[in-house]
Amino acid sequence: MTERFVTRGFEGRRGPKDAGQADVASRIPPGQYLTTDFPVLSAGPTPRTPLDRWSFSMDGLVHQPVGWTWESFLALPSRDWTVDISCVTKWTKLDMRWRGVSVDTLFEHVDLDPTAAFAIAWSDGGYTTNLPLEDILNGQAFVAFEYDGKPLSPEHGGPARLVVPGRYFWKSAKWVRGLRIQSRDEPGFWESLGYHNRGDQWLEERYSGD
Amino acid sequence: MAGPISWQLATVTAIRDETPTVRSLTLRLPTWSGHRPGQHVDLRLTAEDGYSVERSYSIASEPERADVVEITVERIDDGEVSPFLDDVVVVGDRIELRGPIGGYFVWEAPLGGPLLLVAGGSGVVPLMAMLRHRSHAGAPVSARLLCSSRHFEEIIYREELDHLVSNADGLKVFHTLTRSQPPGWSGFARRIDERMLAEVLEPFGISARAYLCGPTALVETAANVLVRLGMPPDRVRTERFGPSGT
Repeated sequence: MTERFVTRGFEGRRGPKDAGQADVASRIPPGQYLTTDFPVLSAGPTPRTPLDRWSFSMDGLVHQPVGWTWESFLALPSRDWTVDISCVTKWTKLDMRWRGVSVDTLFEHVDLDPTAAFAIAWSDGGYTTNLPLEDILNGQAFVAFEYDGKPLSPEHGGPARLVVPGRYFWKSAKWVRGLRIQSRDEPGFWESLGYHNRGDQWLEERYSGD
Repeated sequence: MAGPISWQLATVTAIRDETPTVRSLTLRLPTWSGHRPGQHVDLRLTAEDGYSVERSYSIASEPERADVVEITVERIDDGEVSPFLDDVVVVGDRIELRGPIGGYFVWEAPLGGPLLLVAGGSGVVPLMAMLRHRSHAGAPVSARLLCSSRHFEEIIYREELDHLVSNADGLKVFHTLTRSQPPGWSGFARRIDERMLAEVLEPFGISARAYLCGPTALVETAANVLVRLGMPPDRVRTERFGPSGT
């Protein structure tokens, strides 16, 4: 069905489009609604790794794997990021303020194998998500450790989570502990459970086959 | 790679009030490949001028019912979609739908148990699909549902749950009422806490499979407690809704 069916009696509350806020409306991807909350979605219990046992690693197709402790990770250059986030469960939240380390900065510390093409982000609790390098380099992704001026809470992925604003939020792995670099793609947790492999919210790539 | 999950036009064939603010819609589908208990569907509503919204709803019905899915909708007064589904939709209306979606928060009889289900409010909906499926499949799996509601009148599926329990096939249901309790109430009367979960979980021990669905604070509390009680995190599956509260 390509043509949309008009639902009898549905008018809708309308959003910014009708309020003349075209600038806001243009930031809401198709099928999404605006929220001011910060909903929590996770498939299981919230893992809690003490900071003295926390580490972040880059390995796989790199000439020399590299790892950071919590202190050395915080010592990396970081910056503030204000980004819009869209979750596949349909909410979009604008102007979310984070502080974190650019993925570009992390990649400055490794020599990539010429065949490197994908990153698998992996997390405490066993979560994984796959991303082509072209989706996370050049300022498109960061590892956040603060949200709204405060340390990132465990429910929202603290102590550190990947943030990839250009993709649905499941790609922004909570409790992230490392990036494994590969030459071949490998579907992660949700990508293996019916969700889209790439997850571009502007193309409404929600589910496998979209 | 699987084919696309296409939109289809569902017809509302029955509407049932569950509580003063919750009702269930039965939707007949032209093509439905079946679902697994715990999965959800997306609904799309479109106005005359093309304005359109989408929302996800858990499937309440068991897969044994062919060609229909039932959803249970709690009316959120300032919501955009739930007041429409609760006030405007009548039997015979047609609504765009696609699914089933989701493959982790699911339970099917072959997975076995024992099964610990914890619900807050309308979080009971996907868990009800599991219990209805368990009953239809005649699965010999012990199951316990702990259901948190604010008031007695707000307990969703109360009579059907009573009926399922009366089958005496290994299901026990525990209710807790957090705001008010009717005279003579013998169930729990507080928010879900460690002591309550330990009591409900006790006969199963840490070998249970747990499914938790409800508001974030409730699910977060319950999941943390279950892990503290010794359950392996990969046997605790969660689905949350609402704001984080932080």
